[in-house]
Amino acid sequence: MHPAPSIILFTVLSGLGLGLIATIGFGFGGQGHLFGWIAGPVGLAITAAGGLASLGHLGRPDRAWRALSQWRSSWLSREGVLMLGTMTLFSVYLGLWLLFGLRISLLGWIAGGLAAVTVYATAMIYAQLRTVPRWSGTPTPWMFLGMAATGGLIANGAIAGLVGSDGPGWRAILMLIVGAAVAIWWQTQAAGARRGLYGSSMETATGLSALGRVRLLEPPHTGSNYLLKEMAFEVGRKRAYQLRLIGAVLGFLAPIFLALIALIVGGWLLILALISHIAGMLALRWLFFAEAEHVQALYYGHR
Amino acid sequence: MTTLPTKTDKKLGLVIDLDICVGCHACAVNCKEWNTGGYGAALSDQDPYGADPAGTWLNRIHTFEVQPPAAEAAVPAQIVHFPRSCLHCEDAPCVTVCPTGASYKREADGIVLVNEDHCMGCGLCAWACPYGAREMDANAGVMKKCTLCVDRIYNENLPEVDRVPACVRTCPAGARHFGDLGDPTSDVSQLVADRGGIDLMPEQETRPVNKYLPPRPKDRPVPGPALAALADPQEKGFLGWLDRTLDRLG
Repeated sequence: MHPAPSIILFTVLSGLGLGLIATIGFGFGGQGHLFGWIAGPVGLAITAAGGLASLGHLGRPDRAWRALSQWRSSWLSREGVLMLGTMTLFSVYLGLWLLFGLRISLLGWIAGGLAAVTVYATAMIYAQLRTVPRWSGTPTPWMFLGMAATGGLIANGAIAGLVGSDGPGWRAILMLIVGAAVAIWWQTQAAGARRGLYGSSMETATGLSALGRVRLLEPPHTGSNYLLKEMAFEVGRKRAYQLRLIGAVLGFLAPIFLALIALIVGGWLLILALISHIAGMLALRWLFFAEAEHVQALYYGHR
Repeated sequence: MTTLPTKTDKKLGLVIDLDICVGCHACAVNCKEWNTGGYGAALSDQDPYGADPAGTWLNRIHTFEVQPPAAEAAVPAQIVHFPRSCLHCEDAPCVTVCPTGASYKREADGIVLVNEDHCMGCGLCAWACPYGAREMDANAGVMKKCTLCVDRIYNENLPEVDRVPACVRTCPAGARHFGDLGDPTSDVSQLVADRGGIDLMPEQETRPVNKYLPPRPKDRPVPGPALAALADPQEKGFLGWLDRTLDRLG
């Protein structure tokens, strides 16, 4: 699939922002007003930036508001509704806490839970597609939730460290290890989830299996088209190993190392860990799209 | 509402005869001609006369070569021309993923359509379709797909003979048929029953309405390559006897 920058930014940023919102709502990590004043708005801003980035993927962004209407049937619609609901409820929670000194933990837990459900809905946009086995035949929702939780806890620890609030760095380290494990687990499942996972082949696509082995003799046109650009993306796949390495090192190994040092020198070092983690996640999310194979490319001879 | 109807009154669709199609692309051309001026936004082209032309088409013709199994390697490969368009699936995944309600399946006749005034061009329906039947128009920024020529088949301003999809009307070989596949007595349903019409990618669980008729078996053996006999000369005399005897030893 075509790895559009808009949807890579959308999934990485909204996951990180919602992860941060969830950790604040659940009361993990940083405490105190100063932490709340910085971490709360940062969480909202990152989430909103992710949401706005997704508009870049639309042919008619002026009609994006219509996407809030089909929440009964469509995961993409649910994602939009849940994201706005989470941000609204979290803003109320934050306002009551910071302006009136009322930190209602029940409200925080509901906002945090909604943030998690939003990340799940984001993942389901991809995981629902039987046409892309790499997304639907693997534990994609767990991977998205794991990455959001990891990013959220590092961001939480980094901001707590900056404002001098108690930044329990060990939580970030633990979550980074869990996150790395989830990423490896997903990658293992994805390795076998190719175009033919559900039995699709050029023979089932054409219905000609009784006659023999099918080969594309002539495509419909000599040029390219939307279908090939969007769903038969092959550019840069040969750099997959290097990108996966960058993803593992920047996304998890370097942040773990930095978080360990942060236990000694102070939580502010987690800022570097967070930047590294985001860079690693961008590489891994690029691969999430670029390596995903769509069954319709079978008609164009991609086996 | 982008939920699918539990049942449609009719199941209008196409039956495409792979035995007859000659791969002339007339259906694709007439489809583009009719639909660029008909329902919804025009089917735009990008750089049409330049070095890298591309454009929106609702019907595309692939040509496949089918090689029989190795045991019959002497049999030459068969060429099959393969028109590909929307199959108007009963369990259309493109409809349920739509976040705006622009995609829908009509309860009356089962046609899958896009309301282009509501489409925001997210492209998720094209991702959900296993058949590559939906294409985003680069100029209009909305999703285009086969409408089964909804603006022809009910159009009383046209002579009755023209009230079929443009691709069916134009096919010079008679390889395309249009009708109600929900009615077991209709011509198209009979054709599907007689010829063993098939669903494309049944493992995708979309339950397509359109059916494809596989090429008929050859009615006479296809001669192998004429030079094959020369490549394997039969020795005569003693050497021939030796050759046959050694062969028998395995």
